[in-house]
Amino acid sequence: MSLLSEEKDVSDSKNDLNSSRRQILKGMAALPAVGLMAPRAYAAAATSAVNTTGLAVTDTTVTVGILHSITGTMAISEIGAVEGEKLAIEQINAAGGVLGRQIKIIQEDGASDWPTFAEKAKKLLVVDKCASVYGCFTSASRKAVLPVFEQYNGMLYYPTFYEGLEQSKNVIYTGQEATQQTLAVLNWLGKEKHAKTFYFIGSDYIWPRTSNKIARKHIETALGGSVVGEDYFPLGSTQFASVINKIKLKKPDVIFSTVVGGSNVSLYKQMKAAGIDLSKQLLIALAVTEDETKGIGAENIAGAYTCMKYFQSIDTPENKTFVAAYKKMWGADAVIGDPQQAAYESPFLWKAACEKAGSFDIDKIAAASPGITMAAPEGEVKIHPNHHLWSKSRVARAKLDGQFEIVYTSELIEPNPFPKGYQ
Amino acid sequence: MLGGYTFTDLGSIFVMQGFAGLILFSVFVLMALGLAIIFGQMGVINMAHGEFMILGAYVTYLTSTFFQAHLPGLFSIYFFVAIVLAFIASGIMGLIVEYVLIRHLYNRPLDTLLATWGLSLILQQAYRTIFGAREVGVELPQWMLGSWHATESIEIPINGMIIMALTILITIGVGFLMYKSRWGKNVRAVVQNRAIAGAVGIDTEKVDRYTFGIGCGIAGIAGAAFTMIGSTGPTSGQLYIVNAFLIVVFGGAQSLLGTIASAFTISQTQSTLEFFLSGSMAAVITLLAVVGLLMLRPQGLFTLKVRR
Repeated sequence: MSLLSEEKDVSDSKNDLNSSRRQILKGMAALPAVGLMAPRAYAAAATSAVNTTGLAVTDTTVTVGILHSITGTMAISEIGAVEGEKLAIEQINAAGGVLGRQIKIIQEDGASDWPTFAEKAKKLLVVDKCASVYGCFTSASRKAVLPVFEQYNGMLYYPTFYEGLEQSKNVIYTGQEATQQTLAVLNWLGKEKHAKTFYFIGSDYIWPRTSNKIARKHIETALGGSVVGEDYFPLGSTQFASVINKIKLKKPDVIFSTVVGGSNVSLYKQMKAAGIDLSKQLLIALAVTEDETKGIGAENIAGAYTCMKYFQSIDTPENKTFVAAYKKMWGADAVIGDPQQAAYESPFLWKAACEKAGSFDIDKIAAASPGITMAAPEGEVKIHPNHHLWSKSRVARAKLDGQFEIVYTSELIEPNPFPKGYQ
Repeated sequence: MLGGYTFTDLGSIFVMQGFAGLILFSVFVLMALGLAIIFGQMGVINMAHGEFMILGAYVTYLTSTFFQAHLPGLFSIYFFVAIVLAFIASGIMGLIVEYVLIRHLYNRPLDTLLATWGLSLILQQAYRTIFGAREVGVELPQWMLGSWHATESIEIPINGMIIMALTILITIGVGFLMYKSRWGKNVRAVVQNRAIAGAVGIDTEKVDRYTFGIGCGIAGIAGAAFTMIGSTGPTSGQLYIVNAFLIVVFGGAQSLLGTIASAFTISQTQSTLEFFLSGSMAAVITLLAVVGLLMLRPQGLFTLKVRR
């Protein structure tokens, strides 16, 4: 794999001209769209000035890490994030790199195993001295690497929507936290659909339970509604017949699902088979993106609603360019879900922070990040002092072609990872 | 408990819940049957059982794409072709695995455990390389989707009924094969006393090979059937393996009747508990009950009397 050869190149790169030219050429070979002809936006500052803490920065390159599961059960979701990140890095390199330096990638595989994530994170920071790392997907993997990033002072960009209740100098959260996603959709349900009764069904781990806690509080206090049932299933459950019968008995206005992964496929196939008609029954599927829809089968989920900050169908010039570039790099039938877009934003946000700080130093980037804005495919985003993003939430409905039709777009919502009164 | 619900409501839920339990029972029998044959007859703990199932699921996926592209007129019946192909593909794969790997490891149960676990990892990664890490969507013909309205408020899932019918057919088939055919007699003779069976002229190696092949083939059928209710991805097999082992061990390793009884007990417990408790709690209580019973009866529900 070309990435491995790049990694070797970094470790034995010497400062003589020949080898660094060879390096650039190799980088070119790996990323065909890199233009050596592209004018350098920056006259590269001296390495000693932009890198005072011994990161892997040379006069011509800077090394970053990608740490996702490309094997194991989470690979289905995380491979999309890797694709988004690589696309962004290729585009940055083509436009001249960061502070005049081309980005080199070292990719490690978290293998859907949390201790492996921690181990690989340590390797990326201690051995490879990565200037930033793009990685993790589940909250469990993020919790596993967090102490590593804090101890060795690294910078992690985390692309998934998650439950909140976390904030670190060493992490930029480019996905939404729970209040941005959950409260937006509940308000929409209350206002537009006059929903009063909700049935929660989720996978049994931290994200569904925390999101539902926030949701329940909001339903009971702000919407004046009630939760008529709350059921959790172990990750990977495949049998939902009993809970579907329970739902039929309770007849809720809204089925509010936070089921994730392969279980989703079983849930929607079985719901359809049991005669729950999504054109009549309101169903919110919070963890279903365009990517999951493929595996579930669009005909099984058409009619369900979800709430995310990004959908492939967003009709803006920025998004059309992004979708076209993504398909060009990863194939015409690639679909793009919310975390993929958030992953794509991450390297650009890092680049902007480096340029604002005039340095690759982690402390300076952490301090420079708040206030940075980006015209992302999803629209304008802005980093909050709490290292989350201001972003819009969108409610959309699954269509038969696997895409989503956006029915509501919120204003920019302030990220609030520690919502008062919701815990 | 009646709180606000009408009798008709509760009545139809009761009926649908009964069917839910029966469908879960069929699913359990189907997933455990292949494992029970291999474990019970040969003492091989096949950790790659789930991956043989997913092979069947992928065969179904390929068949459906083939029919869509080349024989769209026959799409509504492709599923039956897929089931046969799934059986053949998984069965042949089973024969090959037995020949290359398993037969060198008889009498070393822990080694077969490790070897088949390794095999499961290899197969998962192979599926990932061939079909991609994402789950594939298996399209079903229209008539297999949706539900059958028995009355105004009673709806029975059609795919559940297909699985039930399939399970009954295969169970009868296996029962016939084991207890009425000459081959079944050979298998039972080998289980009871391998040395004597060999001495009276039964080719025990051949019996082993075909037992393994048939066990894997049935796993393939299960995988094909489960495309109707579950996901088809490289690691989807892992979702079934724990339950399958639970059923086989609880039922008593060497008894097909035990497997069926145990699938019935576990599915009814689980589906009833799930109705009154949360899914996770139902799973916990079911597992605790099974552990408790196994402590009292370590050999499982049913056992063959075999002179050791």
